[in-house]
Amino acid sequence: MPARHATAPGAQTAVLEAHRLTCFRGGRMLFRDLDLSVAAGEMLEIHGPNGSGKTTLLRVLCALTEAESGEVRWRGRPLRGQRESYLASLRYVGHQDGVKLALSVRENLEVAARLGGGSGTESAIHRFGLEAVAETPARALSAGQRRRTALARLLLGPAPLWLLDEPFTALDDDGARLMQELLARQVEAGGAVLLSTHRPLAAGSAGHRRLELGR
Amino acid sequence: MNAFLAVARRDLLLAVRHRAEAANPLLFFLVVVALVPLGLSPRRETLELIAPGVFWIGALLATLLSLERMFRSDFDDGSLELMLVSPQPLPLIVLAKIVAHWLATGLPLLVAAPLIALLLGLPARSLAVLLAALVLGTPTLSAVGAIGVALTAGLRRGGMLLSLLVLPLYIPVLVFAASAVSAAAGGLPAAGQLYLLGALAALSLTLAPLAAAAALRISVS
Repeated sequence: MPARHATAPGAQTAVLEAHRLTCFRGGRMLFRDLDLSVAAGEMLEIHGPNGSGKTTLLRVLCALTEAESGEVRWRGRPLRGQRESYLASLRYVGHQDGVKLALSVRENLEVAARLGGGSGTESAIHRFGLEAVAETPARALSAGQRRRTALARLLLGPAPLWLLDEPFTALDDDGARLMQELLARQVEAGGAVLLSTHRPLAAGSAGHRRLELGR
Repeated sequence: MNAFLAVARRDLLLAVRHRAEAANPLLFFLVVVALVPLGLSPRRETLELIAPGVFWIGALLATLLSLERMFRSDFDDGSLELMLVSPQPLPLIVLAKIVAHWLATGLPLLVAAPLIALLLGLPARSLAVLLAALVLGTPTLSAVGAIGVALTAGLRRGGMLLSLLVLPLYIPVLVFAASAVSAAAGGLPAAGQLYLLGALAALSLTLAPLAAAAALRISVS
């Protein structure tokens, strides 16, 4: 399998880089010698059919899983040895919502804010249109509302890097539009975004690149 | 510290919201203890002899029933991932979960202990030592249990494996705690056993969060 590259053509310095990543899952090779990089003010969209390793790649990038081989670098230095400062610059929304069903939307977000060292629960609730259900236990919410709760964590304080696994899943049109807006804002503000999706986003600005997995 | 309190508060809140589930281990304990006089003998001399052992075996099993709550549901719904990608030190988060688990299961045991002692016919003079042994012994049960749950959180049927892993590690607590209560019931000093229980608690509360944090990273990856 040839090595694939998704490295910025410009001279911008990458904040997050991966070199020659190889990952196996359940004895099956997902990708080999994968290189990628994201610079500040850039959005990298990871495409690929189901089972092509998008989720595993994101989990490797946020240090939840170790890759078989290869290296991930944050601001030019390997993740090992700067895990805490890396995690402090990162907002991750995984493929699971991570929302406690017995807790209300506000309680869920407050815990997330304390864990991430951020604040601004109220404005996050407001931005995602969750005011009406803020006190409702997440058990009673729809899948889309739970996804909104998970995504609202992105707004708990600024972070230079967003890693998002299928952020548009279960969102309605309004939610998808809001998410697009937030992504554009993050990129404009000089943040980096890495997201996986099976529905291509509208081709956007110069800082918007794509990486194909499993083709 | 902020994160520690937030996680402990969250877990306690979850225990309160799942009241029925959280009360199960204590009810189980009460039922087991109530069955012993029926199955063995209601004679006071027999009961007095076996009561300390029965009490602590019941306490061990009740704790075991409640252990899975510590990480399993967090593992299943993805909130554990979020704790791992948070910049907070993972052992601190684990310690917060151990403390919350103790408050939700060890403390009720402590409150119910006088009633259970009465059911088992333990002499009143051993009650103080029984409570002291519970205060010193149950934190060890929660802390050591955390390692076991952290190791088995990713397994589909981890319950059986969990008891095989954890129960042997509970033996020192069982031995010293039961022996402390026996000694007190017989009118002997129990300070030595209590000191050992205290040492075990100090050891497990310092080391278990580190071990459980490492185990969680393996389970999640």
